[in-house]
Amino acid sequence: MDFGFTTAAYVVAAVLFILSLGGLSGQESAKRAVWYGIAGMALAVLATLIGPGAGYWLLSIILIAGGGAIGYQLATRVQMTQMPELVAAMHSLVGLAAVFVGFIAHFEVGRVADYIAAGGDPYALGTFAGLIAKKTTVEINILRVELFLGVFIGAVTFTGSVIAYGKLAGRVDSAAKKLPGGHMLNASAAALSLICLIWYFNTGGFFPLFLMTLAALFIGYHLIMGIGGADMPVVVSMLNSYSGWAAAAIGFSLGNDLLIVVGALVGSSGAILSYIMCKAMNRSFVSVILGGFGGPAGEQMAVEGEQIAIEADGVAQALNEADSVIIIPGYGMAVAQAQQGVAELVRKLRAQGKNVRFAIHPVAGRLPGHMNVLLAEAKVPYDIVMEMDEINDDFPNTDVAIVIGSNDIVNPAAQDDPNSPIAGMPVLECWKAKTVFVSKRGQGTGYSGIENPLFYKENTRMFYGDAKASLEKLLPLID
Amino acid sequence: MKIGTPKETFEGEARVAMTPESATQLQKLGHDCVIETGAGAMAGFDDAAYKAAGVEVVKTAAALFKAADVVAKVRPPSDTEVKRLREGQTLISFFNPAGNADLMDAAAKKGATVIAMDMVPRISRAQKMDALSSMANIAGYRAVIEAGNNFGRFFTGQITAAGKVPPAKVLVVGAGVAGLAAIGTSTSLGAITYAFDVRPEVAEQVESMGAEFVYLDFEEEQADGSASGGYASVSSPEFREAQLAKFRELAPEVDIVITTALIPNREAPELWTEDMVKAMKPGSVIVDLAAEKGGNCKLTVMDEKIVTENGVTIIGYTDFPSRMSAQASTLYSTNIRHMMTDLTPEKDGVINHNMEDDVIRGATITHAGDVTFPPPPPKIAAIAAAPKKQPVKELTAEEKRSQEVAAFKAQTKSQVTLLAIGGALLLLVGLVAPASFMQHFIVFVLAVFVGFQVIWGVAHSLHTPLMAVTNAISSIIILGALMQIGSGSFLVILLAAVSVFMCGINIFGGFLVTRRMLAMFQKS
Repeated sequence: MDFGFTTAAYVVAAVLFILSLGGLSGQESAKRAVWYGIAGMALAVLATLIGPGAGYWLLSIILIAGGGAIGYQLATRVQMTQMPELVAAMHSLVGLAAVFVGFIAHFEVGRVADYIAAGGDPYALGTFAGLIAKKTTVEINILRVELFLGVFIGAVTFTGSVIAYGKLAGRVDSAAKKLPGGHMLNASAAALSLICLIWYFNTGGFFPLFLMTLAALFIGYHLIMGIGGADMPVVVSMLNSYSGWAAAAIGFSLGNDLLIVVGALVGSSGAILSYIMCKAMNRSFVSVILGGFGGPAGEQMAVEGEQIAIEADGVAQALNEADSVIIIPGYGMAVAQAQQGVAELVRKLRAQGKNVRFAIHPVAGRLPGHMNVLLAEAKVPYDIVMEMDEINDDFPNTDVAIVIGSNDIVNPAAQDDPNSPIAGMPVLECWKAKTVFVSKRGQGTGYSGIENPLFYKENTRMFYGDAKASLEKLLPLID
Repeated sequence: MKIGTPKETFEGEARVAMTPESATQLQKLGHDCVIETGAGAMAGFDDAAYKAAGVEVVKTAAALFKAADVVAKVRPPSDTEVKRLREGQTLISFFNPAGNADLMDAAAKKGATVIAMDMVPRISRAQKMDALSSMANIAGYRAVIEAGNNFGRFFTGQITAAGKVPPAKVLVVGAGVAGLAAIGTSTSLGAITYAFDVRPEVAEQVESMGAEFVYLDFEEEQADGSASGGYASVSSPEFREAQLAKFRELAPEVDIVITTALIPNREAPELWTEDMVKAMKPGSVIVDLAAEKGGNCKLTVMDEKIVTENGVTIIGYTDFPSRMSAQASTLYSTNIRHMMTDLTPEKDGVINHNMEDDVIRGATITHAGDVTFPPPPPKIAAIAAAPKKQPVKELTAEEKRSQEVAAFKAQTKSQVTLLAIGGALLLLVGLVAPASFMQHFIVFVLAVFVGFQVIWGVAHSLHTPLMAVTNAISSIIILGALMQIGSGSFLVILLAAVSVFMCGINIFGGFLVTRRMLAMFQKS
């Protein structure tokens, strides 16, 4: 089959992918957009199979089908609370694939060089090898840099995603941990990789490439180990971005424009998500990646007052009397699997004609948009789920605000205390509501270890206990 | 303890401080009740009803004062009544201690404890014994009824076979308890009701009762009622002028004016001047609830109803609650009963006069031989002060324009700088790199650009689906593996095959999970 056809198919596929991402601007158009993505992918694979990839296409189809079956199982079985883990696990696959494809490209370069040296005809070679054979020395060198980069990013993505998966799934301790030496270890691994690049560029041997891969795997591991649980939204978006850049780098080395386009789309998408998340925490990307919160800039304001506990009947009474209610969910809701109870509460309250809405902070949960997905799963209509900017001004007119499993995103210290480690971070101003109920397991501080003055405010009542159990106690009392 | 209620001695007073109902409740606290014969007659409670409720009926006031440990009554005590008090006895009644200093001293000398119901602090906890409010509520209601009685037309508008009737227009000045009660009564009778108050924060309450709040064109900020326990304070001369101008404008239109404006411990402010009365239509009615303190209208004659030359009726009665004696007695006796509940915390019929308690301390004006008036300020402020609003600086059109221009310039500058740097970098790369690389590189740069443009538009709530879908399409790397699988050695085939397999998982998994998530987003 002609290459012209493949190129045309790639163009169509690229357009479909762009439409697919663009369609995510709204809930309704998104449902159509995902089909664009599927069509684009099918077209691209098909065109490659009957075009330049015409090798073992039966084997290829069997492999895709086998992988597809596993993918199907995963996608249908996964709990919505496990989405962050799934996404992280999938990133690791892309990263590993990038490493392998980069290796293959390296072997092929070597094989073709031998072949030509032995006096073979470059035009008699197979598809990919043939492509390499036509390249000049400069082009081969550039190709080496490209595949080196692809392997490097792919390897970082792979181990990074595996660790992120482990932390999200609770198999690795989610606290920030570093080996002795800290960032110096990362820096020396990066320096080693750079030396390998020069080495590889000059010799083209496999050893420097392999050494660099080991270094990159270490960087991925150590970097993500050093980042704590609450920064996971940034980490996952960052890995998302890396998997894109890896694909783009591989695309360069293979001379495949579609790979480049898609890699760039995914890469920029992940980069923007990371940016949004960092902005929402008022922290710079670098400080997140380097891990942990910085020390306080000065004496933090002492928190006065005491935490006043309340029982389910008190909460129920306030809710029965309230006209407007805003619920602020956080990671704690996901951990307790309380979203169904929350949705049931909302249904009951809405049946009484009350104005019930959700306020979602951009970094609530462990994945960008995590809360939205959980609430959607529990069949909460998306038009009552509001973004922080949409709803923050409405708190003063609200009778009851319920905080379920969130802490730092409702911390008034971010606004009041310039010395707080989270000073300047945009927060949901729930304390302006007439009454605030905080559903929380115990009296501890949140991930960041910062005292939350919200819990000590006069209009705040602490509703202690596991979020799910608390809701079960509360629900029968709502009439 | 024995709680007793004498017959009111004040001329025309029909209320009584104990009803059979309240007596039953008092007995539950462990007290005995005693009443002077005929005390409840004017409020519709005869001796038999009291007897049925287990109340002892005595023949004379003197006997009652002798029998009772606690005397509960409505009006401030007369001189004779004070003389009858004895040491250790408690008197609960209205007292107006600021105006009745002599009487208070006399009571203190007798060693009696006096609890003044008009001194109960205005805090949430004490609302149930706030007799001023419960009486004001009645006064407000009765004022409208009294006005209707003297007003020759309907309140509500009607279109009848005999012609069209316009609705009456009622203006209520002062939206305190009495004012709000008047507003509620007036709107429920169907009149168009306007209300005014110097405290801006009550506008919401007025509107919630269905009346229209009369706003003034006045810049200066009014002190809200929080500093003075919810009462109005004296306003500035400029404000008064603006207020009177507004009333003058309304005077020819309104049919009924009900004034309730009182400032604690002061003469009632003059709000409805003579010229306003003159400007009103004949047949209009003014009810002046401030008549006891001189009246909001200077033409008002206390305790009388007069008709002016231009046919405006001015009612200056001060006994509105007494005119509804059954209702007033029920509410007042309940206030008394709540006071007794607080005085008898153990419900064992033993009075514990706790001077540490804000409410009891505030209402007690003589205790253990001493005058304890005025009370210290209560520990809790009656009403939380509204936070002062930050004045937002209004920008003029020019300033706004110049700000916009500046922002636009800054934006242009940063954009041009970025473009210049980016362009220069591209050119530099172009100088060294071969053409075949540049071809791909341009595609790459354009794709990044498109990506940035597109992703900014993605809804926040769809970020998780976005990650899943980008995950699926980043498996496009499968193309690389597919291209390589057909060429070369076993190792190549193996690596390529594993890659294809992993990408297969990713593609299907990613797209399916995205579809699953998106299907869950539902509109209500």
